Amino acid sequence: MPQEIPADSVGLVEPKTHHFDTPLELECGRTLPSYELVYETYGTLNRNASNAVLICHALSGHHHAAGYHSMKDKRPGWWDTCIGPGKVIDTNRFFVVCLNNLGGCHGSSGPSAINPETGQPWGPDFPMMTVKDWVNSQVRLADVLGIQRWAAVIGGSMGGMQALQWSIDYPDRLSHAVVIAAAPKLSAQNIAFNEVARQSILTDPNFHGGRYYLHDTYPRQGLILARMVGHITYLSDDAMRMKFGRDLRSGRFHYGFDVEFQVESYLRHQGEVFSRNFDANTYLLMTKALDYFDPARDFEHSLETALSQPSCKFLVMSFTSDWRFAPERSREIVDGLVHAGRDVSYAEIDTPKGHDAFLLDIPEYTKLFGAYMHRVANETESMANEIEHGSTGESDHA
Amino acid sequence: MRDDLQLISDWIPQGATLLDLGCGDGTLLSWLGEHKQTRGYGLEINQDNLAACFEKGVNVLEQDLDGGLGNFQDLRFDYVVMTQALQAVLRPDQILNEMVRVGREAIITFPNFGHWWVRSYLALKGRMPVSSALPYEWYNTPNIHLCTVQDFETHCRKHHIQILERQVINRHHRSGFLAKLWPNLFGEIAIYRVKA
Repeated sequence: MPQEIPADSVGLVEPKTHHFDTPLELECGRTLPSYELVYETYGTLNRNASNAVLICHALSGHHHAAGYHSMKDKRPGWWDTCIGPGKVIDTNRFFVVCLNNLGGCHGSSGPSAINPETGQPWGPDFPMMTVKDWVNSQVRLADVLGIQRWAAVIGGSMGGMQALQWSIDYPDRLSHAVVIAAAPKLSAQNIAFNEVARQSILTDPNFHGGRYYLHDTYPRQGLILARMVGHITYLSDDAMRMKFGRDLRSGRFHYGFDVEFQVESYLRHQGEVFSRNFDANTYLLMTKALDYFDPARDFEHSLETALSQPSCKFLVMSFTSDWRFAPERSREIVDGLVHAGRDVSYAEIDTPKGHDAFLLDIPEYTKLFGAYMHRVANETESMANEIEHGSTGESDHA
Repeated sequence: MRDDLQLISDWIPQGATLLDLGCGDGTLLSWLGEHKQTRGYGLEINQDNLAACFEKGVNVLEQDLDGGLGNFQDLRFDYVVMTQALQAVLRPDQILNEMVRVGREAIITFPNFGHWWVRSYLALKGRMPVSSALPYEWYNTPNIHLCTVQDFETHCRKHHIQILERQVINRHHRSGFLAKLWPNLFGEIAIYRVKA
């Protein structure tokens, strides 16, 4: 609980929900007749709506990226290290939008929400989502908010993939794409880990074919296991060694299968907390969306052709100890952009913190990301000034 | 802008595509982008320099020159530029080959170890030369492969790299009469335009 709101926090925030009645055609061939998106905004949209930044969330993320919902909150939003007044994504300068993706479990339409046609939770009947579908739904939210062109679309991990998809599918609607700790598609190993996570959920006796809501239960054990596996891939070997080493909880061996090593305790705790706050069907759906992501597929499997579509400028960043989406994967994106002759900058942050580093306040990362966003803000403001200046001139004549 | 960068920028035509190896704070790329509408990328590993490029809006990729330029296609750029970094890389010969592979032309500048001051410093003092072009001590210098104008030209001839243009300048970044006549003795910084 924050005793008082820190000065560099966006403060108390409230989510908003928008109901969309226009059917959304999905890549899987199905159509979502209507849906809801829950989102938060921080900062103020300028007069020509040119200072808006879209934050795309990662696998287990949601719309609550910064600030607090109440003074009782234990922790701020998931990217509070980066978003706030004077922070990397400076809410004194940017209007920041973050939404919960379709298929999520934090307020947007998803498997745990009620299907208006049946009055029951969607469960496994909720259509499969792809990164492309998410971007299409985000475009509609942009329309609702009156944002024709984002100053930047930003995301880490799966969020970075959305930023990339935006740049390919809607080149005229963003000026910058910031792609952090991402990949142009998942590797076989990535998919393998996702599959283990899915199988642990699907084989949980409480899964009930995804209709566990009706049985007043949920696949708790499956979710815990899925998260434990996932969590290992978010940390690096070094990070685990530094954090836990071979430390024992009670200082001695018990020669049994209860928790003995600190790392076991930590993983179980992470899984436990996660299982209480996340929907199993959403986890299945999000991991599949990751597996399907492969923008080059639409361009005869040429990443270079796919990356010839964007007209925005790119910042790509990776972390040396990230083995989920290692620096080589980011370099694939960079190489594709360079071959396509796009504007791109790339930084490889030296840190032992692994994949999760993108959520942390690492001095080198904060400095470089901050420098880039500083420039985006400067560009945005000088452009806004020009437009204001021009329109003042016109009204003088009128 | 540094005088050697000014000289280089005179050699680069309007609208050229560039790769700047060890681009520093992006001064050259930024100036050329603004004044000659060039496009391209800088490679850099220093964090402060990367941040400076980000601020300036210069495309910069964090990449170590010692890893080569394998990620760039043949003749991808009109010019590959490397200022004051040849002497600091692990294998100058390999990077030179890479430069003329990736660029239609390459522009290279380096401190000339054949300059009379350097020669007399070593000859008279018996110590590793320290000068304005070589400001480091022997133990902390990043310059691990120093060469002379003559060394460089011999190397180019041997490896079929054509020298298209040469400028040598003194510590005041001027090209004097003596330096034109005896570049290996009076040139403090050498600037070359070469191609494969």
